[in-house]
Amino acid sequence: MKFGVVVFPGSNCDHDAWWAISHNLGRPAEFIWHDSESLGGVDAVILPGGFSYGDYLRCGAIAKFSRVMRAVERFARDGGLVLGICNGFQILVECGLLPGALIRNRGLKFICRQVELRVETADSPFSCHLRPGQILRVPIAHGEGCYFADARTLAELEAEDRVVFRYLDNPNGSLNDIAGILNAGRNVLGMMPHPERAADPLMGSTDGLLVFQSMVAALSHAR
Amino acid sequence: MTAVTPELVAAHQLTEEEYRRIVALLGRPPTYTELGIFSVMWSEHCSYKSSRLHLKKLPTQGPYVLQGPGENAGIIDIGEGYAVAFKIESHNHPSFIEPFQGAATGVGGILRDIFTMGARPIAVMDSLRFGPLDDPRAGARNRRILEGVVSGIAHYGNCFGVPTVGGECVFEPCYNGNPLVNVFALGVFRQDRIFYARACGLRNPVVYVGAKTGRDGIHGASMASAEFTEESKQKRPNVQVGDPFMEKLLLEACLEAMQTGAVVGIQDMGAAGLTCSTCEMGSRGGTGIEIELARVPQRETGMTPYEIMLSESQERMLLVVERGREEEVFRIFRKWGLDAVAVGEVTGDGLLRVKHHGEVVAEIPSRALADEAPLYDRPRSRPLRTAPLDGPDFESRDLTADLVRLLASGDLCDKRWIWEQYDYMVRTNTVLGPGGDAAILRIKQTGASLAMALDGNGRYCYLDPRQGARLAVAECCRNLSTVGALPVAATNCLNFGNPERPEIMAQLVEAIEGMGEACAHFETPITGGNVSLYNETLGEAVYPTPVLGVVGLMKTAPPVTVAFKREGAEVMLLGGLGRSDQRQFGSTQYAKVILRELWGLPPALDMDYEKRVQAAVREIVRAALAESSHDVSDGGLAVALAECSLEGIGADVELEADLRPEYLLFHEGPSRILISTGQPEPVEAVAARHGVEVLHIGRTRRGRLRIRLRGRLLVDCPIEDLRRPWRSALESQLRG
Repeated sequence: MKFGVVVFPGSNCDHDAWWAISHNLGRPAEFIWHDSESLGGVDAVILPGGFSYGDYLRCGAIAKFSRVMRAVERFARDGGLVLGICNGFQILVECGLLPGALIRNRGLKFICRQVELRVETADSPFSCHLRPGQILRVPIAHGEGCYFADARTLAELEAEDRVVFRYLDNPNGSLNDIAGILNAGRNVLGMMPHPERAADPLMGSTDGLLVFQSMVAALSHAR
Repeated sequence: MTAVTPELVAAHQLTEEEYRRIVALLGRPPTYTELGIFSVMWSEHCSYKSSRLHLKKLPTQGPYVLQGPGENAGIIDIGEGYAVAFKIESHNHPSFIEPFQGAATGVGGILRDIFTMGARPIAVMDSLRFGPLDDPRAGARNRRILEGVVSGIAHYGNCFGVPTVGGECVFEPCYNGNPLVNVFALGVFRQDRIFYARACGLRNPVVYVGAKTGRDGIHGASMASAEFTEESKQKRPNVQVGDPFMEKLLLEACLEAMQTGAVVGIQDMGAAGLTCSTCEMGSRGGTGIEIELARVPQRETGMTPYEIMLSESQERMLLVVERGREEEVFRIFRKWGLDAVAVGEVTGDGLLRVKHHGEVVAEIPSRALADEAPLYDRPRSRPLRTAPLDGPDFESRDLTADLVRLLASGDLCDKRWIWEQYDYMVRTNTVLGPGGDAAILRIKQTGASLAMALDGNGRYCYLDPRQGARLAVAECCRNLSTVGALPVAATNCLNFGNPERPEIMAQLVEAIEGMGEACAHFETPITGGNVSLYNETLGEAVYPTPVLGVVGLMKTAPPVTVAFKREGAEVMLLGGLGRSDQRQFGSTQYAKVILRELWGLPPALDMDYEKRVQAAVREIVRAALAESSHDVSDGGLAVALAECSLEGIGADVELEADLRPEYLLFHEGPSRILISTGQPEPVEAVAARHGVEVLHIGRTRRGRLRIRLRGRLLVDCPIEDLRRPWRSALESQLRG
């Protein structure tokens, strides 16, 4: 079972995700350059945090047009597991793989902070090792992480049990305290908090590892 | 072509004597372009002409030092075949004129200094000084400068992908018209992969990479070498604009290109841009460089040779590549979407020869520019100080209220509003981030960890520059020792006023000598740094502010932090209660915040004792005897106890002393560290072995801090009443 970490020129959490998978989780991981047309046969894709193409425009707005995202879209359509973290979440939203938008934080400032998340559903390949109501400590680091969607979309997300994580103490103004959501097929997760930063006891929490472990369990089960 | 007149020479901030020297070195009058080149290379900022003589007094060698001053950054050995490069640099003048871009490009500049040596930056820290946010005249401007500087640092560091893991932020009226923005950066690499800024190998191509050259930042280096006047705002176009995404591309592309083995030398274009990089590389390589400016990628049309040579456009690098292997290097830069153009070649004649469309516009011996800049032994008198030796009579009416006011003061309050805007975790190495005594980073490549801290104290240095500088070194090393790290090397940023004033020059020399004494004593050689002079606005100099960054080595382990962890632990004061007197109390935060005065002298420092205290605490922390650890510094013992209590576990403290209560609680005598422990006996044994006093001063308890002196209650306060004002002070001051 192999994880692929996409590298955009401005990705800066690519190495962290790779390290968390290969060293903390102990699974093979490889980088996928943004210019590639193929994902090289990986079993799960991570779109890491960072500033994909500088993101001076709208976060992820240019990444949407990158070659690798065509491959990621195909992979997702075929049911492959795609995890977008922070900038990766922003890109997934820009591509339309996830609904809604991520706008400037309510306080208009970048926030880096350890936050608490409540697990809302265990019914996904990213949370099958978790239980609803469980509290995770996972850091955030973003300037544009306020989740926004129209009322109908929000109602749909809630009705279909597609909100995986909610902030206990909403740091950025996200509607419904949303920190992470699934697509309708439940194989694409976008989340603003950084599970790869909570994968080593030295960093103060290993709760993020549970997300990756869930993916491993789901993939093994699917085999 | 513009004629070189005495007025033009003066406008370039060159003296008549310096101009005569230029004519002698060239054997003819300079061209306009050459005059511009000399003016930036011989500016204070680039040539260190006022400080060089005295910087030689600093210790620069030690068992861990692989590279001392003179290169882009100092390098130390961290074991297992790895090394770290680190340096601190100022961006004071640009940050006053344009806070956001000034600070952002300050970060960009120091990052390039690190990765130009082949090291990947893994940490940034900032030492910031502003005028008070509630200053009746300048408060609104100070708030705007602080907000701009912080968001500029955040913008650049966050996007680039380097964690900003710590620093300091201090307020004094002397920084009203001249904030200080000092940025420290550190990078890691293999010892056999160190790159130098040397142009070697005859006819090797000189390759320009990165952003295109524009008209921004022309004469930035000279601007940083003059005092501010009312006209300084017109210099806003001299401030460069940063593009952190471009810098990130440049980082990745340069490190990848270095892997090919085809890169012979590399230098970033920082202050004085193409001028500085070409002549320094030639001078260090003992060679010459010839470049054709028409080939330089340009963002604007019609740029003159003068403008191209002096532009300080950001995110540019100059490489010398092995002839015949250009394509290997070009391919990598293309992959990252960057311009890479051969603009010239290495020559054997030792000249910097600049052509524009084939016509020679400048031809100067590289050494003349880089190494033969004027060197001044400027006259000095006694250090400037107007503060009295003796202070007012005073008696506190309410020591608890004083403590709360101190915790809510600018220097001591919670700085979370600042550091939460910085991504301090990216690269997942941050074992201990902002808010502690020192930052700790684990090094993935070796499994060991590094600690680092920045310290300076303008108040102390104003009262006595020599003693203030010694105290800054002691405190910085103490911060590292407090978390268990062995301090091994340092970098310094010397922020002073106009060196042409003898009383300012005296401050500079005293501070350098004091720093040198202390660095020698604590075995932390200075491996590089930066001097920022002319920090004056309308004739008012900033306090002499040497800022020190120290790097220490330690084993990787869960960090021992400031906060008390549980009820019922023993609170111990390593180093003892210390001493103070009427004069030494004049330099404290208590004098500043409660009495609104400054007088007297900095605290006394016994460097031998300090060193023993530090050795003892390192041993205690490494042996996992301490549950918490925090040094006593600004605000004294009461503030340190409060800081340990802010997460909810306070203490009952009972003191025995002959000091008057105000001194006992708030004096800032060094060599003291507070720990909490469940194992007091082994702690005592360690202290005894190092010949260090250790006092049992109380026990931790939930929710309240109480301090008694011989049974008399001095301070009694619920933690929440300490925490709330501390936590909200900065934000409420920023609201104005």
